[in-house]
Amino acid sequence: MSAPLVQGYEVVIGFETHAQLSTQSKIFSRASTAFGAEPNTQACAVDLALPGTLPVMNKGAVERAIQLGLALGSHIAERSIFARKNYFYPDLPKGYQISQFEIPVVQGGEVSFFLEQGKETLHKTVRLVRAHLEEDAGKSLHEDFIGQSGIDLNRAGTPLLEIVTEPDMRSSAEAVAYAKELHKIVTWIGICDGNMQEGSFRCDANVSVRKLGAPLGTRREIKNLNSFKFMQQAIDYEVRWQIEQLEDGHAIQQATVLFNPDTGETRAMRTKEDAADYRYFPDPDLPPLVIGRDWVERVKSEMAELPRVMAERFVTQYGLPEYDATQLTQSKAMAAYFEATAKACGQAKLASNWIMGEVSRRLNVGELGIEQSPVSAARLAALISRISDNTISNNAARQVFEVLWVEGGEVDAIIASKGLKQMNDSGELEQIIDEVLAANPKNVEEFKAGNAKALNGLVGPIMKASKGKANPAQVNALLLKKLS
Amino acid sequence: MSDLHTLGVAQLSALLQKKDISAVELATRMLARLGGNPHHVFLSVDSEVTLAQAKAADARIAKGDTSPLLGVPIAHKDIFVTTDFPTTAGSRMLEGYRSPFNATVVQRLGDAGMVSLGKLSCDEFAMGSANENVAVPSAHPQAVTNPWDVSRIPGGSSGGSAAAVAACLAPAATGTDTGGSIRQPAAFCGITGIKPTYGRASRYGMVAFASSLDQAGPMARSAQDCALLLSAMCGPDLDRDSTSLDVKAEDFSRDLNQPLKGLRVGVPHEFFGEGLADDVRGPINDALKALQAQGATLVPIALPRTTLSIPVYYIIAPAEASSNLSRFDGVKFGHRAKAFTDLADMYEKTRSEGFGDEVKRRIMIGSYVLSHGYYDAYYLQAQKIRRMIADDFQRAFATCDVIAGPVAPTVAWKLGDKSNDPLANYLADIFTLPASLAGLPGMSIPVGFGEGGMPVGMQLMGNYLQEAKLLNVAHQFQLATDHHLKTPGGAA
Repeated sequence: MSAPLVQGYEVVIGFETHAQLSTQSKIFSRASTAFGAEPNTQACAVDLALPGTLPVMNKGAVERAIQLGLALGSHIAERSIFARKNYFYPDLPKGYQISQFEIPVVQGGEVSFFLEQGKETLHKTVRLVRAHLEEDAGKSLHEDFIGQSGIDLNRAGTPLLEIVTEPDMRSSAEAVAYAKELHKIVTWIGICDGNMQEGSFRCDANVSVRKLGAPLGTRREIKNLNSFKFMQQAIDYEVRWQIEQLEDGHAIQQATVLFNPDTGETRAMRTKEDAADYRYFPDPDLPPLVIGRDWVERVKSEMAELPRVMAERFVTQYGLPEYDATQLTQSKAMAAYFEATAKACGQAKLASNWIMGEVSRRLNVGELGIEQSPVSAARLAALISRISDNTISNNAARQVFEVLWVEGGEVDAIIASKGLKQMNDSGELEQIIDEVLAANPKNVEEFKAGNAKALNGLVGPIMKASKGKANPAQVNALLLKKLS
Repeated sequence: MSDLHTLGVAQLSALLQKKDISAVELATRMLARLGGNPHHVFLSVDSEVTLAQAKAADARIAKGDTSPLLGVPIAHKDIFVTTDFPTTAGSRMLEGYRSPFNATVVQRLGDAGMVSLGKLSCDEFAMGSANENVAVPSAHPQAVTNPWDVSRIPGGSSGGSAAAVAACLAPAATGTDTGGSIRQPAAFCGITGIKPTYGRASRYGMVAFASSLDQAGPMARSAQDCALLLSAMCGPDLDRDSTSLDVKAEDFSRDLNQPLKGLRVGVPHEFFGEGLADDVRGPINDALKALQAQGATLVPIALPRTTLSIPVYYIIAPAEASSNLSRFDGVKFGHRAKAFTDLADMYEKTRSEGFGDEVKRRIMIGSYVLSHGYYDAYYLQAQKIRRMIADDFQRAFATCDVIAGPVAPTVAWKLGDKSNDPLANYLADIFTLPASLAGLPGMSIPVGFGEGGMPVGMQLMGNYLQEAKLLNVAHQFQLATDHHLKTPGGAA
């Protein structure tokens, strides 16, 4: 199924994502990369570009690039080149940024994900062009100084991996789904902490629109989208704006735009005419980056199981539906919680239902991560065991879960103290059923006359009389037996 | 010991080790010669710093430390950053700048116990062949003069280093060579200097001119002294310089005494064409004969792209320089214009005021050859020819062990002669550029005198990592000749 058109236009989106790599030190120096330090306390002589300083490659940054390449099925270049991108700006200490230009370290690859579109769940794949290593610039602070700008070079030299896609996305929803999936992968393999507020995962969206079948339209690049919510808003606004322009007979000018979350609008920062000549050339201070097969193999052997692979394993090992497996592998912690629960109770599907249902609901309400769940995997497993051995009903289990979540405690103790144990003794239950049948002759008659729904009118009072402790399946079976 | 200042490194080391003289006495004697800044070679001196280092060296000698460079004075080209002295790179842009760290080369020589006399003048950011492009306002007059004839230039860009050693103001100096900046001033001032294989000496702490070409090396009175100094300067510095070679430090003195019998000396005919002045040709030919007399054979070789090395070099070096000098923007350190209207104006004024003409010229050339639409035609082509020049050398080294020829087409010219003619300056680099572009080691040794009694230098070039071979040839030559022992009239 093709993507929805907007006012007859097809939306075309490509992404450039800057993922800050989780190394302890900077990409070309030994200064720390920790966030939030006092300005300019984490910038060493190399970061300040003091005369005589030279860049030395951080191997950890290279390994993280290799990890991403392996995770996305990319080609890892055996030889890639660092280039200088020359431009003047106060927060760019050397007057050039070291980046990869002609030959990047990661080439090709793809990101696959599920996209809910209407009532359908579509499987989407976005192709990557490349991912290259580069250094971040410092920060210019314009607010705190009257008539002056402050420069904080703590961020200068922080390692980044810029991940560039083909223009494969056809809606803002798809773009957000891609960004979420990429975010999941980089945090899963641990190459990036994914903190969008702190700028560890920043997306630029290249957006254009066209009539179906027409050549690609002129794109505008929305810079620095640092939340999934803004991402969607910004793209939606940009699409509407571009269509409006075209409908009014204006041509789109290639431009870089910023999204203002307060107004919900995008605004052009600079147009193509202002585009600088960056005078790229290979950095003579850095020899080509050579990555041998053995290095790639070693990184591969040390990498955690990837979400895709883990999801496939959940399907085969636990018999989960593909949808469940995908949902449960949204984060490493979620997957680990599921596996621990499933192993402890031996009921994988029930575990999946509970985690995707009650547990997720409560986590969302409390804005908690699964790591912070008050109900441990072991407790949840204990609870599920009591459902599967018919000690308690699903309804009763929900009550127990509520107590576990709010107050904590042991599953069996809560069942006992709340008297939630299911009535599995058929003698006691039969007595209740007989009493209810005697009290509701009308329902009995109707049922016998062929109205199957009349049975419901009997089950309710029976459950009520048993104070919810009756096993509904058992009630049904006994009723049918007595009425046949 | 009235002639202490005329002695070389090895001789001084022997006196220090025998305790015939202390490092403090020696330093004091050398500092006493610097009054009035003869030939304008020093950009900064600090007797307190120098004497403190000498005192520390004496303490090590007293404890029985026999390191060969211990207590011997040296002066550093002002392109190396130092904590003890300011570093200007000969530029107004860095006037008053003090580095928080030492260049690796300076640190290693300091660790070896050498006593620093100060910082030596050089062309601004090492760009020049005459040491006339010194732009530090406090250096007056700014041009360094040649100790053999003060109306002439000392060569560049390590002109201060060469003049200091020639005038016996320092027994040794550090220099840097990008396109000939050690070899040419060494030749013009009648001293010995060597540029090692690219990557041998760490570039960490050298104010960068052209990163793929810059190399540090020693300048001294003899090949023997250069061998001692080079042994201390070289060695891997992989944590600081990614282009540093992962090759163990060597004792470059080890082969000094090998006889030259059977040595094949390649003579490139391109180095002996009509551009070579007769007064230079004569002493070079004599020197080649002297090598033959010691058992070497001369092998005619071809370096067919010699003339191309000029345009190739003057594309690549300015390209790298234009980018390397971007950090001098008035934001973090160095000169900043006093009055400006906005950021662009601050950049423009700061850089207009801070850089001299030759530096600006090269930034403009470099920016041009890297710009969109010209990159392929200039920079990329130049890199291809650079590769071919390196290949030419490899073909030549298949038939010879070292290559010999002139360092420069003429002897040192008169101050001001070429200062308004950048192209004439560039053309004079023709014989030193090929080895620079190929990254090969090259050295200059004095082989006699030409027009006006000015020194003539012969260039020896070797294959990669063959510094010990070059020093061996130079030392054997110097054992048989006395050109390197001559000092200019005023010096002794």
